[in-house]
Amino acid sequence: MTWNQIQSAIQKRFGDKILGWREHNKIRIYVDIDPEDLVEFSRFLFHEQGARFIIASALDTPRGGVEIFYHFDFHQLPQVLSLRVFVKKPDPEVNSIAGVIKGSEWIEREIAELLGVRVRNHPNPEHLLLPNDWPKGNFPLRRDA
Amino acid sequence: MGLKLYALTKSPWVYHLSVGSCNNCDIEILDCLTPRYDLERFGVVLVGSPRHADALLVTGNMTLKNIPRVKRLYEQMAKPGVVIAVGTCALGHGMFSGSYTAPHTVDDILPVNLYIPGCPPNPEAIVAGVARLLNHLRGKG
Amino acid sequence: MSEIVPIGPFHPLQEEPEFFRLHVEGETVVKLDIELGYNHRGIEKLAEKKSWDQVVFLVERICGICSTSHPAASVRAMEDCAAVEAPERAQYIRTVICELERLHSHLLWLGLAGHFMGYNTVWMWSWKYRETVCDIFEKITGNRQSYAMFKAGGVRRDIAEADIPWIRSSLDGLKPAIDMFKGAVMDDPVLHSRTKGIGVLTRKQAMDYCVVGPIARASGVAIDVRKDDPYFAYGWVDFDRVVLTEGDVFARAAIRILEMYESIRIIEACLKQMKPGPIDLQVKEIPPGEGVGRAEAPRGEVFHFVVSDGSNFPVRYKARAPSFVNIFANEAACVGQQVADAALILAAMDPCYCCTERMIAVDCGTGKAVLSGADLIRISREKTDALKKRMGAA
Repeated sequence: MTWNQIQSAIQKRFGDKILGWREHNKIRIYVDIDPEDLVEFSRFLFHEQGARFIIASALDTPRGGVEIFYHFDFHQLPQVLSLRVFVKKPDPEVNSIAGVIKGSEWIEREIAELLGVRVRNHPNPEHLLLPNDWPKGNFPLRRDA
Repeated sequence: MGLKLYALTKSPWVYHLSVGSCNNCDIEILDCLTPRYDLERFGVVLVGSPRHADALLVTGNMTLKNIPRVKRLYEQMAKPGVVIAVGTCALGHGMFSGSYTAPHTVDDILPVNLYIPGCPPNPEAIVAGVARLLNHLRGKG
Repeated sequence: MSEIVPIGPFHPLQEEPEFFRLHVEGETVVKLDIELGYNHRGIEKLAEKKSWDQVVFLVERICGICSTSHPAASVRAMEDCAAVEAPERAQYIRTVICELERLHSHLLWLGLAGHFMGYNTVWMWSWKYRETVCDIFEKITGNRQSYAMFKAGGVRRDIAEADIPWIRSSLDGLKPAIDMFKGAVMDDPVLHSRTKGIGVLTRKQAMDYCVVGPIARASGVAIDVRKDDPYFAYGWVDFDRVVLTEGDVFARAAIRILEMYESIRIIEACLKQMKPGPIDLQVKEIPPGEGVGRAEAPRGEVFHFVVSDGSNFPVRYKARAPSFVNIFANEAACVGQQVADAALILAAMDPCYCCTERMIAVDCGTGKAVLSGADLIRISREKTDALKKRMGAA
C-alpha cells in the first residue's frame, strides 16, 4: 500500500470523526480524534491498513486535561501517524486498545501509573514500572508532581 | 590484620550487582575478565552468590525497588567484606540526581569502602581501584 | 521507557520477587510473568529539567549498549521539531558511529549467548574482537562507551582524515573474525540442535506484539528504520535488509551475525563518500511544536517524541527503547518450551544486555521456586553438553 492509498482510506472511512489533520511535514502526520473513537481508529489502522503500533505518549497539559498520542507507522513506509486524544481532568479516562493491539498492553499500564489516566477494560491494570507500594494518587509525570 | 582479611586481599571473590544502572559500568566490569584486562590474574573471580563473596561491586542509582534486595544481599555476604561503588551513578547519581525513583545514594544504604568514578570508568580504572583497595587493606597505603 | 536490568554471566540471582518468573509443569514452561521497574530511573521526568543540549547526554545513558541510538533518535526528534537538517558530513559521521555501535552490540550479544550455551570460548573471543571496536570509538570520540557525539544540528567531533586509514585497517581485521563466528555459529550441529526450532515467534505473534529489530526480522517482518524511514546517511549508501522467516533462536543469532557484515559495508562506504565540510549547524532554539525521531538501534526501533514550547527545556520527552516492546513478546516465545531453553530464549531477545537477572522457575503444583536463575543457566549448559555427547562432538 502507498501512503496516498492509506491516507484516502482513513479519510474516507472516518470523515467527520477526524477533528484535525495536521501534516508537520511529508512524513509526520498528527490526527486529532475524540477519545470515544480511539478503539475503532486503532482497529482500522492496525488490522486494515497494516499499521504497526509504535508506542503511546501522554502528557499533562495546563488546559485541564491529559493529551495522549498513539503513534503508528506503516509497513516499510516512512510516515508516522500520531492519533491525538484529549481526556479531561479530574479523573481522566480512556478506553484500552489492548483488546485490539496486544502490543499496547504495557504502555497503557505505564500511562495509568505515571499520569493517573484510568484505562478502561485493561486486561492487567497492575503497576508496570513503579513499586507496588508507591503512594496512591502520586503520579510522577503530572505537572504538579 | 586478621587471617580472614589477609585471605580476602590475596584473592578477592567478587559479587557484582546493578541497582539501577544503564549497564555501561556493568559491561566494563565484565570486560575486566576478558583477555585484554584479565582480572583473574589478580585472583579476582566473579561469583554467583553473595555468600561466597568478599567484595560487593555495586553499580547504579539505588532505585527504590532494589533497596530491600540489596540489604538482604549485603547481610548474606560473608564478613569481613568490602563494598565497592563503581561509576558516577553509584557515587552520587550524577545526572540522575533528583529522580523520583532513586532518592537514596548507594552509600545511604551500604557502607562503601571504595569509590571508582567514571561514566563509565574504563577497565584499567576498575583494576587500578581494586588494586588500590587491596593495598590499603594490607596496610600498604 | 527502557527497563534494562543488567546481568553478568556470573550474575546475582536471588530468592525473592523476580524479573522473569517461569511457571513450569514438569519440564515445560506454561506461563511467563515479567516484572519490571528495578531499573526505572524516571528519565522522562528528569528530561523536563534538562536543557535540549543536556537531554542528549541523559538519554545516552538510558542504555549503555545501544547508547548512541537514543541520542540518534533524540537529535532526529529535535531536528524534526525545528525543521532543520544537519550538514552532510555530520550525517556521515553519525552513521559511522551508529554502525560501529551495532558491531559492538552484536559482538557483545554473541558473547553472552555463547556463555549461556556453555561456549565460553565464544564469549572470550567475541569480546576480544569487540575491543577493536572500542578502540575505534576511543580514537574518534575519546571514550569507549558513551560517546557524546550527537547534538541537535550536527556532531560534536569530527573524524580526522589522518585516522581513517587506521579505522579501515581495524575493520579489515574484524572481517576474518566475523567469518570465524559465522562458521562457529552457523555450521555447528550442536548449536543448530540447541537453537533451531527453539523459542519460535510466529509472524502473526511478531505483529501482534509489535516487535521490532532483529526479532521482527527473524520472524519475517521485514522492518528496518534505516531502510523504511532513512535518516543520517543511510539513504546514500548501499546495504541489504537481513530477513529470515523461521523466528527461532537460530534465526535471531544468524541475523545479528549477517548484520555485522552490512555494518562494516556501511561504515566503509561512509568513510569513502564523505567530503570535507561543516559538522554543526549551531542550532540555537527548538521552536514550539512536536518532534518525532526514530533510529534503528541494534535491538530495533528507538522512538523519541518531544514536545516543545519554545523554551530551553522540553515540555515532554518520551523515549521508547526497542526492548520495551520486545521483552513483552517473551511471553509468547517461552510458553510451551523446555525449561532448559528458557535462559537462551530470553537471551536471544537481546533485552539490552540480558534481563535474565532474576529468572526463576516456579513449580505450578506447589507454587514454590524450584530453580533459580543460576540453575537455569546451568541446565542450559548441561543440555548443550548432553547434545555434544550424543552427537559425538564432545
